[in-house]
Amino acid sequence: MSEPAPAASAPAQPIQTVLRLEGVRKSYNVGQANQIEILHGIDLSLDRGDFAALIGPSGSGKSTLLNLIGLLDTPTSGELTLLGQPTRAMGDGGRTALRSRAIGFVFQFHHLIPAFSAVDNVLMPLMLAQGKPSPDDVERARSLLGEVGLAALADKKPNQLSGGEQQRVAICRALLTRPALLLADEPTGNLDTQSAADVFALLRRFNQSFGCAVLLVTHDPRLSDACDHAFTLVDGQLVGAAATAGQPGIAAGPIT
Amino acid sequence: MWIEWTIAWKFLREGRAQTAMILIGIAVGVAVIVFITALITGLQSNIVERTLGTQAHIKVQAADEVNRILPPPAGSVQLVLEDKRVQRLRSINNWQQLRDTLDGLAEVVAVSPVISGPAFAYRGAALKSVALVGIDPVRYQQIIPIADDIIAGRFRVGAGDAVIGRILADDLGLRVGDKLRLDGGQNSTSIVTIAGIFELGVRELDSRFVYLDLKQTQSLLNLPGGVTVIDLTVREIFAADEVAKRISRLTGMKAESWMQTNAQLMNALTSQSLSTGMISVFVALSVAFGIASVLSVSVVQHTREIGILRAMGAGRRQVLGVFLLQGGVFGLIGALFGGLAGLALVWAFNTFGPGLFYIPLPPSLIGVAMAIATVTGVLSAAVPAQRAARLDPAVAIRYV
Repeated sequence: MSEPAPAASAPAQPIQTVLRLEGVRKSYNVGQANQIEILHGIDLSLDRGDFAALIGPSGSGKSTLLNLIGLLDTPTSGELTLLGQPTRAMGDGGRTALRSRAIGFVFQFHHLIPAFSAVDNVLMPLMLAQGKPSPDDVERARSLLGEVGLAALADKKPNQLSGGEQQRVAICRALLTRPALLLADEPTGNLDTQSAADVFALLRRFNQSFGCAVLLVTHDPRLSDACDHAFTLVDGQLVGAAATAGQPGIAAGPIT
Repeated sequence: MWIEWTIAWKFLREGRAQTAMILIGIAVGVAVIVFITALITGLQSNIVERTLGTQAHIKVQAADEVNRILPPPAGSVQLVLEDKRVQRLRSINNWQQLRDTLDGLAEVVAVSPVISGPAFAYRGAALKSVALVGIDPVRYQQIIPIADDIIAGRFRVGAGDAVIGRILADDLGLRVGDKLRLDGGQNSTSIVTIAGIFELGVRELDSRFVYLDLKQTQSLLNLPGGVTVIDLTVREIFAADEVAKRISRLTGMKAESWMQTNAQLMNALTSQSLSTGMISVFVALSVAFGIASVLSVSVVQHTREIGILRAMGAGRRQVLGVFLLQGGVFGLIGALFGGLAGLALVWAFNTFGPGLFYIPLPPSLIGVAMAIATVTGVLSAAVPAQRAARLDPAVAIRYV
């Protein structure tokens, strides 16, 4: 059982809702004979500075939910509000713009672009949004890499880095644009224990220093225990009613 | 655009072997197109030049004489068995005025009145049928620069001087300075001195043409003061047909362009151009499909990275741009190499080839080829690029 604590990182700031899901449903093959509903009405909200885990068995719809929250996919029904902006009616362009401004991703398999050096990978979201990075931006990316202990490896290609190092680069990439929400999909799933602990500590540290909300999808009970609170997804539904960050004491379901 | 360029460039460098192979493919295609275009263009201009080297672009003659049949009285039917009228050797009416009119036409570069007709040439017991060509030497030189083809003596007509072809000179055993008797068949003969011998390389002309001045020919052919043909050179040789039609309408004369007189040649040239065009189009098509297939593979190879880029905030247009640029780069670089290879082929043909004719090296052809290849590259990239842009990022990112 986790011991959820109220958002401790930003006590002085007014509570600000980063993400709100209301009655979000997702079906695949809509209108066909094999239509299947994966998510059956999800209500969820995250505030600035939250550090939450999303847990649940395989096939429960975690990845689908994460894709929706990451604006990589659209809900079949229900509304998803990010930074106060309803997203269901947005086109691909609008969602892309909001995604690049508000969300940082960290994936299980690091997902760095092999052709680019570590520092270029970190700069990628910025380069996609603004074009050629300024020397200031490059400096910022390098110092961010320095903060995670990778200053010496900044110009190496991803295939020259270890798994833990790649994941730290990926975290830097997710954080360079100071997103309001950081989505981490099994960020430690592929790492040895020590690297996993390092990566988790890093997420924690940036959560506290930048005040960004973190949603961590994980199988690892030790990780979810270390989060402020946990959402448990079972068969496309959140168990234990709507767990909101502002209401401590709402327990996540049993961790398998 | 900067980031699209950067990503496109990195992708291209990453798939080095793939990139090199398609570049070679494009280069070969472009080299073939450049070489065949240069070859055929050179060949055709060579043929046209040779053909037009010995004839006028347009010949203006008096309209054919026709029978004028009386209309039948009203209410009766007339059955006529008509023999065509013979075409006498006739002068163009008022040819001085016509010459001045033609001089004033913008498309016409040179105008040369000529009187030409049949005659016999005697020397001793030998008799040859020849074609008398009475010319104004200054004007005629602008149509056919015959002075360049003189092999003995000088090009000088007038005052009893004549210039004859090499074969005729051989047949009659004539040298420069010898005398020749000409009989125009109108009870008029004259003795001329051979001032020069030419060789145009066309058997018909070298064995039959006898150049004289206008006056002497007029008296030999019994057409005092007349000319039978006005030769023209036009600015744009392939517009000769149009110009001839205009002149015909304008003057009521019979105007024949070289394209009509050499209809078979024109037919051959047109078919040649057509087949060259088809070869070029099909080679270009296969190059385009090559680019499209390589980029399709590249899209599949980079599916996961496209997903990551989309998650990092890349828009559909940016992904589209990355692959369109790759197509453009393929076309541009491939065409650069291909163009140089094509030039090398042309050079090799000129240096080591059969040497029948010279192909000019047109540097602009490379530029045109590169421009067309770049556009082709971008167009062929359209389908794979669309597919990349339409990839569902949520699916793409989990693609292994």
